[in-house]
Amino acid sequence: MTDLTKMKVAEARDALRAGDVTSVELTEACLDAIEGAGALNAYVHKTPEIALEQATAADARIKAGDAPAMCGIPMGIKDLFCTRGVASQAASRILEGFRPEYESTVTTQLFDAGAVMLGKLNMDEFAMGSSNETSCYGKAVNPWRRGNDDSQLTPGGSSGGSAAAVAADLCLAATGTDTGGSIRQPAAFTGITGIKPTYGRCSRWGIVAFASSLDQAGPMTKDVRDAAIVLQAMCGHDPKDSTSANLPVPDFEAMLTGDIKGKTIGIPREYHMDGMPEEIETLWAKGREMLAEAGAKIVDISLPHTKYALPAYYVIAPAEASSNLARYDGVRYGHRATLAAGEGINDLYEKTRAEGFGPEVQRRVMVGTYVLSAGFYDAYYNRARKVRTLIKKDFEDVFAQGVDAILTPATPSAAFGLGEMQDADPVQMYLNDVFTVTVNLAGLPGVSVPAGLDKQGLPLGLQLIGRPWEEGDLLNTAYALERAAGFAEKPAKWW
Amino acid sequence: MSIDTDTAARVAKLARIRVEDDQLPALAQEFSNILEFIEQLNEVDVDGVEPMVSVTPMRLKRRQDGVTDGNQQEKVLSNAPDAREGFFAVPKVVE
Repeated sequence: MTDLTKMKVAEARDALRAGDVTSVELTEACLDAIEGAGALNAYVHKTPEIALEQATAADARIKAGDAPAMCGIPMGIKDLFCTRGVASQAASRILEGFRPEYESTVTTQLFDAGAVMLGKLNMDEFAMGSSNETSCYGKAVNPWRRGNDDSQLTPGGSSGGSAAAVAADLCLAATGTDTGGSIRQPAAFTGITGIKPTYGRCSRWGIVAFASSLDQAGPMTKDVRDAAIVLQAMCGHDPKDSTSANLPVPDFEAMLTGDIKGKTIGIPREYHMDGMPEEIETLWAKGREMLAEAGAKIVDISLPHTKYALPAYYVIAPAEASSNLARYDGVRYGHRATLAAGEGINDLYEKTRAEGFGPEVQRRVMVGTYVLSAGFYDAYYNRARKVRTLIKKDFEDVFAQGVDAILTPATPSAAFGLGEMQDADPVQMYLNDVFTVTVNLAGLPGVSVPAGLDKQGLPLGLQLIGRPWEEGDLLNTAYALERAAGFAEKPAKWW
Repeated sequence: MSIDTDTAARVAKLARIRVEDDQLPALAQEFSNILEFIEQLNEVDVDGVEPMVSVTPMRLKRRQDGVTDGNQQEKVLSNAPDAREGFFAVPKVVE
């Protein structure tokens, strides 16, 4: 074994069980890789002591013959997850110094299964962003470059650090969260796999809330099999999250047969966007062919309200965010502004929030406040929730027609340059989520699978959208697509 | 809808975020652009459509209204910027 960090979760699991490698060896290899990858700014809080302690315990457990799949697997954890005693800041200044006294349900499940935490990963502040540029830690950098051009590209967002870390082999897998595309867009930008499960599959307890009716956690991995294994460990009913589904979690990995004969795949005509690069159209058409060759029946479908998904999202998500982020008041945790003589409690709130929140978070909190304010609630918020009902119905209609999964591009472009969108209108940045946001609004599972390179040598992804609670079937279709696409490229190491 | 600086100031106040006066025009312009984008929703016929309450058709769970947790004062206060004598400390609220 030359480079342990390049291993996939499934390979590492098998090697650990066979005694060919130890978790300590895997962990040390990842920690070394992280030390050498400062230029990517993927890890923002490193936890080598915890990692080695967990790895040692995992090795003992494996030796004792009690080893769940994730036992001994070194992972990176998005900074949005609360991890006991370890900085958990949601990439925001307002949570500076915050060390939770508790552990999120998802990380509890991973650690109970023996997974090893290497550190916390960079992200957009409060998961609001599509380029990892709103982070208080500074931008994460995509390990991919445009050929020999050394300009820095975004790994996408908001789970940009997770994407960069997996793509650059700084962990075997990472956790992400996805409110409008924050797992799938960065996965597509970095040539990795990312799945957002059905709303309610993963507990939201202990994950810093952005928009509670849209937020879901999910894995970011090197391939579809790994996504199945890690998702399995992350899912499950949690009484501490009132929206967590009390449903059995199937064995996702066992469902990966690659056989999709007789499945019906829908191609939504509304996802042909004006100005979309031809390469993405071509890739999408290729994906269609690949699934057809694998035996699926391809049908053209219509999701008529697609165009209204982004505007509905930019009412609902900020509205929920303005409510969720009201808790950051400088009283109970995190940053508190220094007051001048004579200043009172309102000055404390206003100054703390002005200093602690970055511009994009402030903008969204204020937009959310506006759409919920007296006189505008019906015109904006209620209208958006009605449109959301229609968007969900679009999907229900095509599923009722017998469609098993829907194939779309994952993003409207390949990774763009860091700073390139700096002077653009915020709305321009929002367009990154045009293909992914519908899935959150409808609560459906969606997976991004790397499917090819563009002419600049950057990865492009395809998205598959599944029926609610059928992640296993969706992952199997993704597995068939992955095998047909045969994407095996890795970024050339420059960092 | 175009947002004026007074409205921007009022929203900032409601959101408890201090915005300096000289930044209000830029903020108002950003709000206007975002709202213009949002106003596409007016094209949709939503007559008779119920606003979505829950994305998955599930009943919110209930449990007995009883104490299940507690006695964690130290942990609750451990991250406070200013905690004294077992309480969160804040500037004077009542004159």
